[in-house]
Amino acid sequence: MKRFFRRKSSCQIAKDRLKILLISDRVNCSPEMMELIKADITKVISKYMKIDAENMDIQINAKGNKGGRNKTPILYANIPILDLHKSV
Amino acid sequence: MENNVSTEKKNSEVIVVTSGKGGVGKTTTSANVGTGLAKLGKKVCLIDTDIGLRNLDVVMGLENRIVYNLVDVVEGNCRIKQALIRDKRHPGLYLMPSAQTRDKSAVSPGQMIKVISHLREQFDYIILDCPAGIEQGFQNAIAGADRALVVTTPEVSAIRDADRIIGLLEANNFKQIDLVINRLRMDMVKRGDMMSASDVVDILAIPLIGIIPDDENVVISTNQGEPLVGNDTFAGQAYANVVLRVMGKEVPFLNFEKGISFWTKVTGIFKKA
Repeated sequence: MKRFFRRKSSCQIAKDRLKILLISDRVNCSPEMMELIKADITKVISKYMKIDAENMDIQINAKGNKGGRNKTPILYANIPILDLHKSV
Repeated sequence: MENNVSTEKKNSEVIVVTSGKGGVGKTTTSANVGTGLAKLGKKVCLIDTDIGLRNLDVVMGLENRIVYNLVDVVEGNCRIKQALIRDKRHPGLYLMPSAQTRDKSAVSPGQMIKVISHLREQFDYIILDCPAGIEQGFQNAIAGADRALVVTTPEVSAIRDADRIIGLLEANNFKQIDLVINRLRMDMVKRGDMMSASDVVDILAIPLIGIIPDDENVVISTNQGEPLVGNDTFAGQAYANVVLRVMGKEVPFLNFEKGISFWTKVTGIFKKA
């Protein structure tokens, strides 16, 4: 009985699932493409500093005006730097 | 005197009814909106663009009167006038059926635009019933349209497809895209087991033009081949309001909760007894 009350309503589950689903649908970016972008970013940054390519993380999130269709997707890149002063 | 009125002056509106997902009520919505507009004295042409799987003729109850169809028009086997079936119940309502024995490639977007531009001269509203999917049938249906009605149900799959369709319509420079939420069940919404109309509008973020309750009368009217718009049922009233909003009138949304909660009370009493 307790579990019944604590349960998330199926309506809320549907909304949560749709939010995530539609972001990836709208961005339309395949995992393969993300890998290519990641490789290229690594190449460019590596020209100037030493980075930890193994542990870098990039992802696309939708940010923007509340709920609107004009959500602008944003590319986040998290790149650990090993050595900032790589001599050019 | 009517003849010298140019195409532009006639101010006809071409509306495509689409959804992406199949079975959410595109054809029912096309039939009811078209019939409703005709009941208000407008000249309306319904076009079934689902080549190979025509359905609008049966929903309208006109399946026995088909001689020529859209593909015959495009291929020049007949004149446009010969393919138009006049609905005797409503003056000003015509149907151009689709071909049943051909496939989507029989018509191109360019040909659709040409047919529609001819029809614009004679009609106030041209309603295009779009096939499910986003392939050529969809491209044909949207090619000549000015505005769109996107039909969805409050389900994850239908909403996902509707979102995709809205994206494609926006990419095709549609200025006016309105949402019809079909088969809403207020009792389930109350229980928290169905997304409400405002939940769906929040997600899809386009203007709402109609909420149609899940009503068994829709099945009955389809059985009979007579659209229920305007009659004394929940769905009939809801469609009548959609028609007024399509014409640009502001109409408050019906509150189905009242009627349905009363009904559940009544059935509840019987279940207890």
